[in-house]
Amino acid sequence: MATVTLSHVTKRFGGVTAVRDLDLEIQDGECFSMLGPSGCGKTTTLRMLAGFEDLDEGEIRVGDRVFSNSSKRYYLPPEKRDFGMVFQAFAVWPHLDIFDNVAFPLQIKGLSRAEIQTRTRRALEDTGLLKVQHAYPGELSGGEKQRIALARAIAINPQVMLLDEPLSNLDPKLREEMRFEIKDLQRRLGFTIVFVTHDQAEAMAISDRMMVMRDGVLQQVGSPIEIYERPSSRFVFSFIGLSNFLPVETREGATFVQGAPEAGPLAVVRPKGLPDAAWTLACRPTHIDLQAEGGLRGTVARRVYLGDLVEYRIRVGPHELRIQKGARHEVFQEGAPVGLTFRHYLGYPEG
Amino acid sequence: MGQRRFGTAEILLLLSILILVVVVAIPILLIFWNAFVVEGKPDFLRALALLKEPDTFEALKNSLVIAGGTTVLSTIIGVFFAWLVSRTDLPYKATMKVLFLVPFMLPSFIGALAWKILLSPRGGHINRLLMDLFHLEDPVFNIMSLGGIIAVETMYLFPFVFIQVSGALERMDPTLEEAARISGAGLFTITRRITLPLMMPSILAGALLVALYSLAHFGVPAILGTERNIFIIPTKIYEKIYASGGNFEAIRTGTMLSSILVLAAAAILYIQSLVLSSGRFQVISGKSMRPMVLKLRGLKWPLLILSVLYIAITVVLPTATIFLVGTLKTYGLAFRLENMTLDNFTYILFKWELTRDAIWNSFYLSLSAAAVTMLIGTLISYVLVKTKIRGKFLLEFLGVLPFSVPGTVIALGVILMWSGRFGINLYNTAWIIFVAYIARYMAFALKSTSAALEQVHDSLEEAARACGATKWQAMRDVVLPLIKPGMVAAFFLIFLPALRELTTSVLLYGPHTRTIGVAIYTLNEDGETVYAAALAAIALVIIMAGQLLIKRVTRAKIESA
Ligand SMILES: Nc1ncnc2c1ncn2[C@@H]1O[C@H](COP(=O)(O)OP(=O)(O)OP(=O)(O)O)[C@@H](O)[C@H]1O
Ligand SMILES: [Mg+2]
Repeated sequence: MATVTLSHVTKRFGGVTAVRDLDLEIQDGECFSMLGPSGCGKTTTLRMLAGFEDLDEGEIRVGDRVFSNSSKRYYLPPEKRDFGMVFQAFAVWPHLDIFDNVAFPLQIKGLSRAEIQTRTRRALEDTGLLKVQHAYPGELSGGEKQRIALARAIAINPQVMLLDEPLSNLDPKLREEMRFEIKDLQRRLGFTIVFVTHDQAEAMAISDRMMVMRDGVLQQVGSPIEIYERPSSRFVFSFIGLSNFLPVETREGATFVQGAPEAGPLAVVRPKGLPDAAWTLACRPTHIDLQAEGGLRGTVARRVYLGDLVEYRIRVGPHELRIQKGARHEVFQEGAPVGLTFRHYLGYPEG
Repeated sequence: MGQRRFGTAEILLLLSILILVVVVAIPILLIFWNAFVVEGKPDFLRALALLKEPDTFEALKNSLVIAGGTTVLSTIIGVFFAWLVSRTDLPYKATMKVLFLVPFMLPSFIGALAWKILLSPRGGHINRLLMDLFHLEDPVFNIMSLGGIIAVETMYLFPFVFIQVSGALERMDPTLEEAARISGAGLFTITRRITLPLMMPSILAGALLVALYSLAHFGVPAILGTERNIFIIPTKIYEKIYASGGNFEAIRTGTMLSSILVLAAAAILYIQSLVLSSGRFQVISGKSMRPMVLKLRGLKWPLLILSVLYIAITVVLPTATIFLVGTLKTYGLAFRLENMTLDNFTYILFKWELTRDAIWNSFYLSLSAAAVTMLIGTLISYVLVKTKIRGKFLLEFLGVLPFSVPGTVIALGVILMWSGRFGINLYNTAWIIFVAYIARYMAFALKSTSAALEQVHDSLEEAARACGATKWQAMRDVVLPLIKPGMVAAFFLIFLPALRELTTSVLLYGPHTRTIGVAIYTLNEDGETVYAAALAAIALVIIMAGQLLIKRVTRAKIESA
């Protein structure tokens, strides 16, 4: 069983709290993503899981075994954890050729020569490195180095795989292939994956569940759908996709845009649980419809073609909204008046 | 510029080539010529026969043993301490790291002098103490032996390895080790299979520097070996030239031994360039410098004590000895207050012509050599780095020469060149030491000025020209200010070592042109141990002051930048 449990995990570096009171349970065989802006503590969390960083507070367990415990000052050393890890900066060994890089962990495990051969070859094949197996890392591109790191982690078939932005240096096509490959391997071998990324689309595509962090604090955990459809805060909403935020105010059942009452009322229902009459309406660019008559009145400020999509910037009083429509949709000219209706939207407290 | 066939660039190139030819190339050629050409015909057999003579053969063998032993020992000690200060939780790491560089500042021949006072077989203080204490018949230590020479050289040369390796360990991407750890490897396996192989180029670079230095080094074997008939190549050359009063056979033997030194140095430098150019070892990371630190636990304090003891024994003890012996009224008296006096220092500084001259000579020689060499170095580097003209390859070739010429060889080369054979006789004047210093320290000047010039991108100069500046104005207002720190560094890099120089000047000094190093050495040879120590103490004070001055100047530079 490789259920990974973090309870009340805190890590400080001098005055900076890199991770604050993190509670998390990652299920056995799950692909779990950590998402968040740069410097939010993703790598730190991963390094604590791997055993490279001590904890300032809290405990990490795998199954029923304690791996790290700050109050008992107990830390199982990284080499005893049976984890695989792909480091953000690859960490491929420049003095070993590709084959030896991948074979190293297997040699450490003391496997037989034949088994090392087959498993290394298999990992190299999976990552498309078989042809260059006797080259040295110094001669390779960033993407290729990243694949070595991936192959090295795959080859050991660990119970938990820690991946720190393992696809960030690959081109889009290869990225998609490797994503598929990782999922496929996981299905075959059943390891747990903890996947760090700051690409939300990648996180959505690969994970069973994911979490969003900000400044060391956990914001939300859930399935990709849950997080996309019901972000728990304005921050998560904005982090997870393109977004519009419109400050509005609801009085006596009618909702108006703040600073632009002349644009007319919005046909929205104020979500329950908001403290004030003033609130923020959050909406994706694809979830707003445009029409000539009726709706919230605005003006087309700019129109840009993005291949399949047309993107409009619509001015509503002092605010600007970003709206994307299929290219075959009715076309509005720049400067023309338009009406907006909101198909899906969420509300957050103001500010 | 393209149309003119002969412009400023060409003149500068010719000038640079001319300087290097006169200062370095001809002296070396003369050495090879004298070694292998007899009556106008090449003659290698007689050269070889000379080398087979017992005393030269012995010197060759000793050179190998001492350079080899020093290199191995320095490498072990240097790597160990480098690892200790950069990869463990040793207490006071930062302080220890600075302390391990102090032996570098101590001139090794002064160290040798101190160790001779402490550990010579019969008269050495520590030996006498131990013999009295334990009622021994025989001395415990004999520093005046091959092993003793190796030990003393190691004390002052291991920082070459230490600097290289601790620097590399700090720049190394720590995740390289962590990746091995998470793969299941323990510390021992990681050290053996990851860290050490990755450090190999730095270890090798440091070790080769030690070998290069030890091979060409005169002071320690001269002070500890000569009396006991232990010779190495540089001391043998010195003996040949002096004992023979300049007879031709002796000079030929000297040139032959010098040729061997040059070839060995060239071979070492070649290996070094091979090692450094292979790209398999780029371990420098841009991000996250958090090296894996080994918890020493119970060994923490014992290892700190060991390190402090090492510094105390190799630095503090010899330095204290020098200062104490320098105050004695007569050598051999016990270290008691009534036997001590400061008169020795006033005598040396103000009254005795020999030492007064020596201090003065060292000062103006190193000052002028540093200034001139730095300027010439800048000129040559400028041509090498900034111009694109035909014939530059010649300068590139000549520019490598200064790096591979040991001090003894330079001395012999300038003797051959400037003793009247070509119409100019500088022998026994300060000028001959001056030209020798230029040749000897040219490599330092080339290295730091060319590094500085490479930082100045061509576009900066071009931008100035585009704004209407002439080439000369662009040079003066843009290039020069930018490379000034490099030039200042070059100046001090030459000035300080030249101040304590012995290897070259010991072959070139005349009655009135002793340097500090030569004066200490000859005083010691004449049995004037107290005065030798007193002068050495003064030299140490001057060196410390110089080091502090450099720190000031370079720090001011950094702050103003
Ligand atoms: N060893 C350290 N010493 C001091 N501060 C650190 C250290 N490691 C991380 N930090 C700080 O902790 C915070 C979290 O860093 P972390 O590397 O976990 O971010 P991240 O989410 O992985 O960012 P990125 O997406 O840029 O990789 C940052 O503010 C960082 O500066
Ligand atoms: Mg990171």
